[in-house]
Amino acid sequence: MTGAVPQETTVPVLGRGVRLRQNRADGSWVLLAPEKMFELDQVSAEILRRVDGERSLGVIVDDLAAAFDAPREEILRDVSAFLQDFAAKRVVDL
Amino acid sequence: MIPAPTSLLAELTHRCPLRCPYCSNPLELDRRSSELTTDEWKYVLAQAAELGVFHVHFSGGEPTSRPDIADLISHARDVDLYTNLITSGVLMNAGRLDELIEAGLDHLQLSLQDVDAPLADHIGGLKGGHERKLALCRELKERRVGFTINAVMHRQNVHNVGAMIDLAVETGADRLEVAHTQYYGWALKNRTALMPTREQLDQATDIVTRAREQLEGRLVIDYVVPDYYARYPKPCMGGWARTGLNVTPSGKVLPCHAAESITVLTFDNVKDKPLRDIWVSGEAFQAFRGTDWMEEPCRSCERRELDWGGCRCQAFHFTGSATAIDPACSLSPLHEVLRSIAEKDAASEEAAFSYRQF
Repeated sequence: MTGAVPQETTVPVLGRGVRLRQNRADGSWVLLAPEKMFELDQVSAEILRRVDGERSLGVIVDDLAAAFDAPREEILRDVSAFLQDFAAKRVVDL
Repeated sequence: MIPAPTSLLAELTHRCPLRCPYCSNPLELDRRSSELTTDEWKYVLAQAAELGVFHVHFSGGEPTSRPDIADLISHARDVDLYTNLITSGVLMNAGRLDELIEAGLDHLQLSLQDVDAPLADHIGGLKGGHERKLALCRELKERRVGFTINAVMHRQNVHNVGAMIDLAVETGADRLEVAHTQYYGWALKNRTALMPTREQLDQATDIVTRAREQLEGRLVIDYVVPDYYARYPKPCMGGWARTGLNVTPSGKVLPCHAAESITVLTFDNVKDKPLRDIWVSGEAFQAFRGTDWMEEPCRSCERRELDWGGCRCQAFHFTGSATAIDPACSLSPLHEVLRSIAEKDAASEEAAFSYRQF
């Protein structure tokens, strides 16, 4: 994994040609990218639903910490790693 | 329970301003008069979405040859499909591009025949084509639409694979598909003029592998290798009738775009039957779905659900039996024959193309 490490002020955005969609059948979320599809687990979906090109990483983490009543530091670490991984795949721009 | 397909290749038309000698269309092309109407395509798209499809790939021929392309993209978005346009780009200017993006285009895949204009135009069979493609690349740089470059490689351009990667970076593309020619249809007809040597293939693979590491996070590179030199067959279509389906310009529904070359199969048409029925129980779809149809050694092979028996079209072409083992597999009695064909073609001095034509 390479590329920039996101800062709290970084505003992540879905890459060009990447779209989040909810499955009509079971309510699950999928991330659609060129020739690719990522079936998202609940955690990934909660993160990506907040990646709207407006909220910064810090805001997203605050939001998740409140929603899931979990330690902020832990969430920051997980979300940063997640975004970095998806940025390497060019699915998220940082 | 048969799983739903996830992608639809919608071949809107066989008409195209380019004449590439490796075109994946069948030798027998559909005429304009036999093409589905706008409403018929809309019904296909709605049924595909209902069936579970996520991605629709508008292809051809050149899909922008159809005046209703924006309308079809818009309809696809209305039924919540991810829309991909597979295009030569030569019929598009900035205005047309904006119209398609406005209609809801998610992604555009542009073909480049080479990096050098004279060679690119020679391969595509259209003078000035390459320059028009580069002009479109400049427009795409500024726009919020996913952008992939597709470069088909063969003996006459494989020396430029590194330069192609550089060009992709320069254009700001998000993704590059380096696809070695697959030998079906027109490419099979032109195999002697297209087949690379083993050495050329290995060099190209090295260049792509290195570039992929260097460009991670900047450019995604997908790589398609030719199977004539392979040890295992490719998992063609991810398995017959497993994830994708293809509708031809005249409405025939195929498990893969080359399936009509298996002349013993019959194909249903969207004009006659619901898409769901064709997918679930159509004769052509049932023929090689799963693993029950397999003969030995495929049947008991531990790779049977990795490569799904390889390519049925290739098996049929070389053996006359569509259930035979794909000769690309090292366990096939014809494996050495396939390799020696590749070596013989690769050593040929033949450079002239039989261009695609109606």
